[in-house]
Amino acid sequence: MKLLSVFALLLAILCPATSFAARQSSYELMTPENQAMQDDPNLNPAQFWVMDGQSLWQERVGKRNISCASCHGESKTAMRGVAVQFPKMVQGKLQTLEGQINQCRVTRQHAPRLAYESKELLALTVFVATQSKGMPIAVEETPTNKASLQKGRQWFDTRMGQLNLSCAQCHEDRAGLKLGGSSIPQGHPTAYPIYRLEWQNLGSLQRRLRNCMSGVRAQQFEYGSPEMAQLELFLMWRARGMPLETPGVRP
Amino acid sequence: MSKTSRTSITMPAQAKKDSVIEIRAIAQHDMETGFRYTEAGKLVPRDIIRFFTCRYNGVEVFKAEFHPGTGANPLIVFTTIATESGTLQFEWQGDGAYEAVNQSQITVT
Amino acid sequence: MNKHTYPRRRWLSVFSLLGIGTWLNPVLVFAKKPEAMEAITKIVGSQVPKDGRVKLVIPPLVENGNLVVLKVSVESPMTAQDYVKAIHVIAEGNPLPNIFSAFLTPRSGTANITTRVRLAETQRVWAIAQMSDGSFWQGYAETLVTLSACTEAI
Repeated sequence: MKLLSVFALLLAILCPATSFAARQSSYELMTPENQAMQDDPNLNPAQFWVMDGQSLWQERVGKRNISCASCHGESKTAMRGVAVQFPKMVQGKLQTLEGQINQCRVTRQHAPRLAYESKELLALTVFVATQSKGMPIAVEETPTNKASLQKGRQWFDTRMGQLNLSCAQCHEDRAGLKLGGSSIPQGHPTAYPIYRLEWQNLGSLQRRLRNCMSGVRAQQFEYGSPEMAQLELFLMWRARGMPLETPGVRP
Repeated sequence: MSKTSRTSITMPAQAKKDSVIEIRAIAQHDMETGFRYTEAGKLVPRDIIRFFTCRYNGVEVFKAEFHPGTGANPLIVFTTIATESGTLQFEWQGDGAYEAVNQSQITVT
Repeated sequence: MNKHTYPRRRWLSVFSLLGIGTWLNPVLVFAKKPEAMEAITKIVGSQVPKDGRVKLVIPPLVENGNLVVLKVSVESPMTAQDYVKAIHVIAEGNPLPNIFSAFLTPRSGTANITTRVRLAETQRVWAIAQMSDGSFWQGYAETLVTLSACTEAI
């Protein structure tokens, strides 16, 4: 019996919280009411942004006066399978989904870029991402993204801020334990953009990561910065295979 | 010009006569409480939806009054008796001349 | 210590303990907070609401008070002669106690309402139902409101 408990202890120490089999979306940590809010489109506040995104998809903008639909198609499923591949290397640059949308706006539509966390960018992002709902996150390590992935891993493991904590210390080593009444999630970005009850608004993964950084009193990464993209890449890679839940609801 | 926003209604399209049907109505609205301050320390004034009414073929069958304590993107789930076929009209009114309407048809057999 | 100061000290410690005890357990000591009582009096007038028939359900532990699902069910035949006219929800711990009101008719079928409210802190929430015969009934639910660990820096 004693040998068994020693073996179990060794196993627990050697296998990190997010070993493939033990990964868990923070959806599981929510109350049944909040889970129902996410699952039912008629109750999910994010659904309004999805509808806004659908309208924006068809809106002609910019000097070239074309819409997203002009190139990518009218259908609501034209973008199926796209969001689960991001962040990815596009023409030598690591792009997040928001970054790629802005890239299209500037280079194809000749329209100004949309500001991060603006209603329009959030609506377009959630409209595109919702089309991949239920699909497994498909970010893998490739020769081209290897260096960025390594940088992202470093950001995850590096202590930062006045509280001198790294992401890993809470979300890897202490996931499942409590911090001030809330359960510490593993921190997989499976549902972004999310309607966060805290914000009473839809928001991106980058906004949430900035919250984490202010939580440890660290200098926040800037929206759209290379550091953000690298960290996002690592987090999505860490969550590979998990189904996309967008649009999510989180407390 | 009055402000408006998206709304969504969920209810059955068909029902048996005199059965009770469930209606879900949700409106996109920040429901600014009037208790928040900007970073500069200025009070953000109250801006909320005040009333929601449901009319069944023109007859008011349900009304709700929202307050700052009602959550953002307000949801209301209520019931009504499916008395006859026709149109259910939904109306939201609020601060700043906010007005939104939506409607849904029902066939009662 | 002389005989005269000892009893005074004893009374002081007894009263301060009572005071601290009251402060620590206000929910047990006071029936309702004053603003909430005022709001309820405005609704019921001179009547005393009766306990029962009103069931209020909110999650006992709330992860974020910004959007809390709230269900009210009032027992009533909901006929033209006997129906629920109005349901008022009063939150003891909110800056404004009135948070939601619903007005029903004999065509409502049931007096079951679901909505989503804001709760500022751990508190007791009341639902007051006004019946067509002019009587008032009340029910309550208590909830613990917590906040996420990493909140936004404003």
